[in-house]
Amino acid sequence: MKHKSWYLTIGGILTACMLAFTAAGLFWTPYSPTAMSAPDRNAGPSAAHPFGCDQLGRDILSRTLEGAGSTLTIALAVLAVGFVFGLLIGALCGYYGGAADALVMRLCDAIAAFPSVLLALVVLAVIGPGKYNVIGALGVLFIPSFARLVRGEFLKYRDRDFVRSARLMGVSDLRIIFVHILPNTWPTLLSGLTIGFNNAVLGEASMSYLGIGVNPTEPSLGYMLKEAQGFLFTTPWYTAFPAAIVILLILGVGLIGEGVRERMGVAS
Amino acid sequence: MPRFVKRALLLLVVLAMLPASLYGCTGGTEPTPPGASNSGSQPSAAQSGELPDGNSVTVGIAQDLSNLDPQLAATAGVREVLFNIFEGLVKASPDGSVTPAVASDYELSPDGKTYTFTLREGVTFHNGNQVTAEDVVYSLERCAGSENEGTPLVSAFSNVSVITSPDPSHVVVTLAEPSLEFIYSMTAPIIPKDSGPDIASTMVGTGPFCFVSYAPQDSLVMEKYDGYWNAEKAARLDKVTFKIITDTNALVIGLKGGTLDLVIHLPNTLENEVKDQFTVLQDTMKLVQALYLNNAVEPFNNELVRQAMYYAIDVPAIIEFVCDGAGVATGTSMYPAQSRYFLPELAEKYPHDVEKAKELLAQAGYPDGFEMSITVPSNYTQHMETAQVIIEQLKKVGITAELIPVEWESWVNDVYRGRDYQSTVCGIAADDMTAREMLVRYMSDNRKNFIGFADEEYDQVLAQALASLDEEEQTALYKRAEEILNERAASLWIQDACELVVMNPALDGFTFYCTYVLDMSAIGYK
Repeated sequence: MKHKSWYLTIGGILTACMLAFTAAGLFWTPYSPTAMSAPDRNAGPSAAHPFGCDQLGRDILSRTLEGAGSTLTIALAVLAVGFVFGLLIGALCGYYGGAADALVMRLCDAIAAFPSVLLALVVLAVIGPGKYNVIGALGVLFIPSFARLVRGEFLKYRDRDFVRSARLMGVSDLRIIFVHILPNTWPTLLSGLTIGFNNAVLGEASMSYLGIGVNPTEPSLGYMLKEAQGFLFTTPWYTAFPAAIVILLILGVGLIGEGVRERMGVAS
Repeated sequence: MPRFVKRALLLLVVLAMLPASLYGCTGGTEPTPPGASNSGSQPSAAQSGELPDGNSVTVGIAQDLSNLDPQLAATAGVREVLFNIFEGLVKASPDGSVTPAVASDYELSPDGKTYTFTLREGVTFHNGNQVTAEDVVYSLERCAGSENEGTPLVSAFSNVSVITSPDPSHVVVTLAEPSLEFIYSMTAPIIPKDSGPDIASTMVGTGPFCFVSYAPQDSLVMEKYDGYWNAEKAARLDKVTFKIITDTNALVIGLKGGTLDLVIHLPNTLENEVKDQFTVLQDTMKLVQALYLNNAVEPFNNELVRQAMYYAIDVPAIIEFVCDGAGVATGTSMYPAQSRYFLPELAEKYPHDVEKAKELLAQAGYPDGFEMSITVPSNYTQHMETAQVIIEQLKKVGITAELIPVEWESWVNDVYRGRDYQSTVCGIAADDMTAREMLVRYMSDNRKNFIGFADEEYDQVLAQALASLDEEEQTALYKRAEEILNERAASLWIQDACELVVMNPALDGFTFYCTYVLDMSAIGYK
């Protein structure tokens, strides 16, 4: 496939913009995201408040900036937890196979049988809400999907000739796994990662929306949407902006994933 | 053109269904011409589905009904619903006084110790049985703790010494200490003899509605009781469903979607969202919203800290933020509807003063502030928002507060009953119109004293007030008790919040009470 992929370009630009937006939020917000101002309650978008204000007179732009930052951080952390452990488990299971593989994979099937957000809710109901608990709960639940993906790829490669020759040459198993096989799996893993990222963003947002995610005093896109819902008809901008950020963030990364898949010639 | 024919047919069907859906708007009693309704965008879709049910409404309530034992009902939200199913010898009326119900008349002896009730003839339970003196004696004894190892289910009954029935139409209640206010506690529900704890599931009372079913965290259904003794006050509706929706926004969406006909206790900041489509009534909530501080734990056991925090928060600003300025600052555990006891000047005692707050904090040994947590039942948007505003205000004096949202059930168990918390934002309502209800709970040994307030002077003043037989003296003592709560800053009393009652425009008859009561019997389709 030699024609230029628009997916990658558009996705890349969109993601870069969103990353710049969130990165800016980590260092600077026009107002304090928690500062309240009585006269500005439910104020519409204006020069002073480009995104308008919420029901307590807090600047929605500042809250969206900060919220996008925390959503992104949580999503990346969840992804990191899920990916690292998923990679390890998947690689070992795929490479060695055997009874342990069967056992671990059945366990993964069992976890994957439940919707991850639902299971995370149960976990959070037990260990209590909070940023780190959300990361832990969602992260663990993301492991099975990555493990299965990686395992599938390893199964594909473990009996290939280049692996056999390496084994005959006495290369250690670890080196075969990480140096010989792993690089071949990147295209699939990359598109898996983009899907995983999107699921993580949505997972965090839905948990905060349900009020069990991060603490309500910290701005979070999901919780903002929950609060905004009651004012959907009178102050639509309160819903529109946080929702738009979530959508754009996911759309950008999704397009990149699609582009990668197309470029590498991976069947979805 | 078969496609054209199909479309035309579809259009015809839709047109034919239109009048039916508009008919649904009126609840199916008296169809009004479509033009007569005051708004073209009435929620009609789901209500049209109610045609088979006819004369019924669905009420949205924001909290689950935790314990349905009518005599034990701990939370105001439960009492509010059960008001329609159960009655006492007397019954609360809208102005806060009591009117005879199961009793037709009563008399108080001159020494203030003996109440004699004459039972009304022809009062029946929902199971069809006549209410007898034995039922009444059983009910009152149960309230006094006969089935609870002597601990009264209704706290005022700790004052009861003997309950007897000299003849089948009279019941005599003798008190240990004289009390003028005891009559207000006689709203305690009358239930059939030997009901025992099963009453929480059988729910047989004498009220205008009889209990049909209860599904936890979902709904409670009640129907009109045809044998109600008071034909004038009989229910206008045939069926009422209380739908439990523990999220304010979902309540609004339920209203707009037409699945709910009535929602009470909606934050008044939502007025714009609903006023075009619904009948919107505004009133104070008849409760005291406060940042309740657990006086038993550090650092809130220090009076200076509590006072500093009171100076640090800006009550008028909170009312502006949370209630559009329509709430009334209270300054103590009393709300304005109790006009005989309410002291408006107490709300002025702690003006917003950051410097003074810092000074007091330094005196108390916390010059750099401290960290604390505020536990809030997350189903109440107003309390959640209040907590967030308070957190912002406390920041300015160096106090870092963390908001812990919890489910209503765990709030009742851990905070209210378990007293395992630092501070909480909630509303405390009264059962009846006596000052006693709002004040006695802060006596150091009261089981409802969930803030753990302990003050000798307060205990003395209140004990005197309770025993007083002179109304003026009693009122003065109650007012003194209110002042002590304010002076000691037992908690940061904020306001009697403002709320909206949002009702399907086809309904009328909503009656405001001075107490936390929802009288469904007066509500009906126009």
